[in-house]
Amino acid sequence: MKSAVIVFPGSNCDRDLAVAIEQVTGRAPAMVWHRETELPDGTGLIALPGGFSYGDYLRTGAISARSPIMDAVAKAADRGVPVLGVCNGFQVLTEAGLLPGALMRNAGLNFICRDVALTVENAQSAFTSRYDAGETITIPVAHHDGNYFADADTLDRLEGEGRVAFRYAEACNGSARNIAGILNAAGNVLGMMPHPERKIEAAHGGTDGRRLFEGLLETVGA
Amino acid sequence: MKARIFVTLKNGVLDPQGKAIHHALEGLGFGGVNDVRQGKLIELDLADGTSDADIEAMCTKLLANTVIENFRIERA
Repeated sequence: MKSAVIVFPGSNCDRDLAVAIEQVTGRAPAMVWHRETELPDGTGLIALPGGFSYGDYLRTGAISARSPIMDAVAKAADRGVPVLGVCNGFQVLTEAGLLPGALMRNAGLNFICRDVALTVENAQSAFTSRYDAGETITIPVAHHDGNYFADADTLDRLEGEGRVAFRYAEACNGSARNIAGILNAAGNVLGMMPHPERKIEAAHGGTDGRRLFEGLLETVGA
Repeated sequence: MKARIFVTLKNGVLDPQGKAIHHALEGLGFGGVNDVRQGKLIELDLADGTSDADIEAMCTKLLANTVIENFRIERA
C-alpha cells in the first residue's frame, strides 16, 4: 500500500504516524510537505498527523487547512481514498470542510495528556473493521483543543448515519456526546483526537491502535 | 484603508475561556458581571479599493469559522 503523511510546519507526530504505517504495512509512507500541490501517484492512504501546525494561530488547523496540498487531499478523498486525521489532523480536516463540526478549547481549559478509554461505535468502516462494535479500547490523547462541537442537527445526523466512529467512555474534554472520532458521509475520511499511532507495539504499553492500521491495510490492500 | 474584523462565538457555543475570565473577574471582587464571551479582533491594512465582497470572502474562507463563529466587518 502506498501511503502519504502530510507534514505541516509544526506537525510533531508525523514520524510516529510514519513508523506505525510502515510497521503495519511494510512500506514507508511518502512524507509530503504541505506546500506540494500533488500527492505521489497511486497514493492509497493519506494521513494527517498531530502537532501544533502554525502554532495553532488563528484557530487550530485553520491555516494548515488552506495549504496548497489540501486541494489534492480533498480530491483524493472525493475519489474514495482513505484519509486519516489524528489530533491536529482532525482539526485540519474540520477546518478544511472534509468533516463537519469544529474542535474547540477543552471544557476544563487544561491540556489533557493521558490514556483514555474509547468505545468503538462503528466497527464497519475502513478504519475500524478490526474492532468489535461496543468494544472498549485504550488510546492516549494529548490535546488542548479536542472539544468537539457541532449543532444538534449535525450531531443527530452523525449518530443516525453511524458516523461516530469512537466515543470517550467517560467525559474527557467536553466534546458533544463524548465524540472522539467521526467519519465523513462516504466513510473514507476519519478524524479522531486520540492517537492510535502511539499504541502500536507492546513497548507503548498497549497495542489497541494497531488494528486501525491493520484494518486499513486490509481495505486498501497491500 | 483599514478594516477591523470582530470575530465572536455564536450563541449556544460554550466559551470555557469566557467562563474562566468571568470567574477571575469575580475573584477580583467585581460584582455584577452577568456573562463573559471572548472573541477576536483582526485588523487588516488593505489596498485602496478592496471590495466589500473581498473582505467578506476573507472572513468566510479563513478569518472566521462559521460553524462556531460570527463576524462583523467595520471599515475605517
